[in-house]
Amino acid sequence: MLYYCINTRDMEYGGGQVQIHVSTDNGTAIYLQIVNQIKYLVASGRLAAGEELPAIRVLAERLVVNPNTVARAYRELEQQGIVEKRRTAGTFVSDQGSPLARRERVKILTARIDLLLAEARQMDISIEEVNKLVEQRHSALQSTGSSEEKDR
Amino acid sequence: MISSIEANRSCVVDVASVTRKFGDKIALDNLSLSIPRGIVFGLIGGNGAGKTTLIKHILGMYRAHAGTVHVFGRDPVADPVGVLGRIGYLSEDRDLPNWMRVGELMGYTEAFFPSWDRRFAEELCQQFELDKRTRVRHLSRGQRARAGLLVALAHRPDLLVLDEPSSGLDPVVRRDILGAIIRTIADEGRTVLFSSHLLDEVERVADQIAIIHHGRILLAGFMDEIKQQHSRVTVRMSGNSNTPPTFAGMLACEGSGPDWTCVCSGQEDQWRPTVEGVGAEIIEHSAMTLDEIFVARVRG
Repeated sequence: MLYYCINTRDMEYGGGQVQIHVSTDNGTAIYLQIVNQIKYLVASGRLAAGEELPAIRVLAERLVVNPNTVARAYRELEQQGIVEKRRTAGTFVSDQGSPLARRERVKILTARIDLLLAEARQMDISIEEVNKLVEQRHSALQSTGSSEEKDR
Repeated sequence: MISSIEANRSCVVDVASVTRKFGDKIALDNLSLSIPRGIVFGLIGGNGAGKTTLIKHILGMYRAHAGTVHVFGRDPVADPVGVLGRIGYLSEDRDLPNWMRVGELMGYTEAFFPSWDRRFAEELCQQFELDKRTRVRHLSRGQRARAGLLVALAHRPDLLVLDEPSSGLDPVVRRDILGAIIRTIADEGRTVLFSSHLLDEVERVADQIAIIHHGRILLAGFMDEIKQQHSRVTVRMSGNSNTPPTFAGMLACEGSGPDWTCVCSGQEDQWRPTVEGVGAEIIEHSAMTLDEIFVARVRG
């Protein structure tokens, strides 16, 4: 199995490297993998508003995927308002003041909660107990001051 | 006749009802296939399925016993210059002249193609780390593939045909080959046809695919649609039934006891009612890789 990954750009974002991985062993369409990962990068703030995405051709060559697939991913992201095309060619991350970014963040969190709930169920821990645990951890983290308030 | 060619003007390759036999063995069985301009077309199939035979018809190296082949709207057997001048071809066995040096091979091939791009050829030579003084016979397997790729690409063909380009090569050379496919397609209007056993590669780079089996097309279409049209569904049979479910659209099924994993074709709203109709509870369903779809189709 060939496995390729790339840095979306050859420079660093805020100290952390941003990467996209494409794999053909889980059945998810490749364009969707690209869409999901860019959405994740944007929602998690690792791709900031106004940053330029790699050119279609460049990303296609680095990921070793069909350029039409990358173009489709970018179109999809554009339709969802995550990125925007600018006249001088180039695709840029949209201003994320929109409610959409929040919706994406909630979606990412929802997926994690689903995993948590599935695990809790398997361990025979009730939803009430899970809720209580979440509250407890929240206060514990707040009192140590190590967490930032999640934005509302 | 003219009208059918006119209708397929946007198709670079048009194979219509081609049958070809070798002795008693039917290699191509009433096979039809169209490849539109500007896409990467992946031809997949097992050994002896007919991939290479089909490619050789497209190149005019074989004459169809029945049916017609048109490439760029021309018959490749009747007009080899008009067709082959616009095709870059890397054969499965990379049959390059062993006695030539790489530089000689480049000069020799250049003579056949008016559109040969000398600068691009030099660029590829450097990129592939080929030494022009090396004789073709002394090239490693990977370097031989790269040399074959160089002479297939340097005249910037309208159609690039690669027969099993990756077979027996290490990942670095395979990446060069896939990179070449991607760069070729990124140039507006160029078309790529390649055959491969390595379905993860096909899944990465092909827009459209065809599965060929026993000389026939089992399945052809856009990669995305084909992937959407196949699901793996795990079901639990009601009661104590130990027999596998059977329903319309089921391609394959394996399992034991009450639990079975089936490969379904069609959209979810098509298979869901039929699966539930035979008294099976759907436990989970998931997307499939091209590899899995291929196995289910060929075995089914």
